[in-house]
Amino acid sequence: MAASLKPPARGERYKSLFQIPREEWFVSGHRLCAGCPVGTTMRMLTKVIGPNAIIVNATGCLEVASTPYPYTAWRHPWLHLAFENAGAAASGVEAALKVLKAKGRLDRDIKVVAIGGDGGTVDIGLQALSGMLERGHKVMYVLYDNEAYMNTGIQRSGATPWGAWTTTTPAGKKWRGEWRPKKDIDAIVAAHRVPYVATANPAYPVDMANKFKKAFELTDEGPTFVHVLIPCVPGWRIKDDMGITVARLAVETGVWILYEIDHGEFRVTFPVKRRKPVKEYLKLQGRFRHLTEEEIQKIQEMVDRQVEEVNKLVGKEVIGPVA
Amino acid sequence: MAVAAEERLHVERKKPRPLSTNSAIAHAVKDLDVDVVAAYPITPQTTVVEKIAEFIADGELEAEMVHVESEHSALSATVAAALTGARAFTATASQGLELMHEILHIASGLRTPIVMSVAMRALSAPISIWNDHSDVMNARDSGWIIFFVSSAQEAYDTVIQGYRIAEDSDVLLPVMVAYDGYVMSHTMEPVVTEDRDSVLAYAPKRPFPYKLDPEKPVTLGALADPDWYYEIKYQIVEAMRRALDKAREADEEFGKRFGRKYGLVECYMCEGAKSLIVAASSYAATLKAVLPRAWEEGLKVGLLRLRLYRPFPEDLIVDALSNVDSVLVIDRAISYGAPYQGPLANEFSGLILKHGLGVNLVSVVAGIGQRRMVDDDFLKLAKLAWEARTVRKPETIFYGVRK
Repeated sequence: MAASLKPPARGERYKSLFQIPREEWFVSGHRLCAGCPVGTTMRMLTKVIGPNAIIVNATGCLEVASTPYPYTAWRHPWLHLAFENAGAAASGVEAALKVLKAKGRLDRDIKVVAIGGDGGTVDIGLQALSGMLERGHKVMYVLYDNEAYMNTGIQRSGATPWGAWTTTTPAGKKWRGEWRPKKDIDAIVAAHRVPYVATANPAYPVDMANKFKKAFELTDEGPTFVHVLIPCVPGWRIKDDMGITVARLAVETGVWILYEIDHGEFRVTFPVKRRKPVKEYLKLQGRFRHLTEEEIQKIQEMVDRQVEEVNKLVGKEVIGPVA
Repeated sequence: MAVAAEERLHVERKKPRPLSTNSAIAHAVKDLDVDVVAAYPITPQTTVVEKIAEFIADGELEAEMVHVESEHSALSATVAAALTGARAFTATASQGLELMHEILHIASGLRTPIVMSVAMRALSAPISIWNDHSDVMNARDSGWIIFFVSSAQEAYDTVIQGYRIAEDSDVLLPVMVAYDGYVMSHTMEPVVTEDRDSVLAYAPKRPFPYKLDPEKPVTLGALADPDWYYEIKYQIVEAMRRALDKAREADEEFGKRFGRKYGLVECYMCEGAKSLIVAASSYAATLKAVLPRAWEEGLKVGLLRLRLYRPFPEDLIVDALSNVDSVLVIDRAISYGAPYQGPLANEFSGLILKHGLGVNLVSVVAGIGQRRMVDDDFLKLAKLAWEARTVRKPETIFYGVRK
């Protein structure tokens, strides 16, 4: 095994996975499903942020799977209050650290990282998140988005994509799965004019690590937000060795575009020259099994429009046509 | 006894100033050097937070104010700040307390040492901004220590006592200090405030002992399965028991240092009384003015003022009930469909049975949505209490309602 390379300094980028610290902060023994990429993502996140941070976690599958009393997978100080209030709880932690430092009762800089799933972020936690962003709390918020309420058994959320089967949008004689498009949470967060918003994907670990690093460092200025796509083995009806493959296909098909908005400047961090047809992404997932060719074509057109919008925003073709 | 003399001098030096209960609470927060305040405006609590904001704006209090977007977030941020090691405060009323309800249980479950003031107000629907006790009565089983206070001075003093109790490592429970909206929140009374050094000497900051700290990381808010959940909740039962003694000690010590103490319950004109009225907050204060008239009319009726409600000061209440033939319990909330429709009356009914007290109970619901209650109404209640010595009144009386 290759030895770890020196991690990049503040403001610099990871160039190789070997620069990511070897020491584990999100440790084994948790009860996440076999093959769940959120474990991988949390390992990366906690390595990148280092020990000097407090983590606030919304209710969700990560929270329940990582802290079955009297065990914990977290070596960081970690707080869970409820489902809809990670933004508020993180605000309280940050306010406390700030005033304790000002009053001389704390002599170190400790940062705050909030973590929530899609339900806890785009639906029930949206208000608390908006408050946290609007008030400018220096908190890094990580959204792990598995596109439905997976912890309670695959019910649709505002982040569920068009056409997806869930237990509350079943594919039957009248319904054909979810019939509304996915909520654009990143645009909502960006509308708060925060220093940094990014999308990430565990199939692109160096890109993801760099976004975590940047978001963590930029909390010196204000709130930052990283939105990670997390394929869900039981919820997406995929094989337990397919999480990263499906995540990669989301990028290769243009379903999931890797970008960042750094101080208002939009940049695609992983251009795709030739897109794969969206069908390649859909066909691996049981949640899309019911779709007809026409419906798949409709999703292809939705993705085409999304790609067109991004290319227009960038001013050149960063995401290419379907090969 | 040089110290005692010095303390007395210290007490005598102080001049009261006119403060509303809301302002008095803000002064207590300032004098306690609270670190974090997270609150959302709701009538009639608002002037508490406005006054605290002024103190911070003028540099009289160094604190972080989190201008949250809801009461749910207010309590969430307050709890999180306290668990990070800060002294944290919030204030609310009515719908705000209802919106916080989920976090009320989380605050006590995580053993969070915070204090919250509640300017009690009726609940929607129909919407009413006026006073009754429906909000706090709906929160009574959430594992909070609950005080009902009767004056602006007592509100100031009890917020200070509250931190001493909440932050005690044998307690570690959140404290609610409740008082009547408008009738107290917006009326002026003479209040003596203390200097910060004396207040902090009485209630020194004792941060949450298992605070979020990278040097000693803890996981707070874990998932407890059926093998663990019950014991963790039972620890609150035990902490509540300990809180009773700690509340008594806190009040005694407060009396020694500042010359004011209240007891956990107050028995007024109980000497020789054959009947008692149980009341809390401003009704208790009004009854103190009315009861001498009752005695002039031959009605030997005393007042049992409930100050500490959770934990319930059972022994003191049983003592008071042991000497009378009847007790009239005034409820300012309705427990719809319950045996007695007054929630407090049900608790007194249980207490009478538990201790085999031969006391006739009268349940009276009054002042719902601040329906007017004047001196003569309280005199009528004194008569009802007196009659109940010999005549049983098994049904809840909805005093003052138009049927």
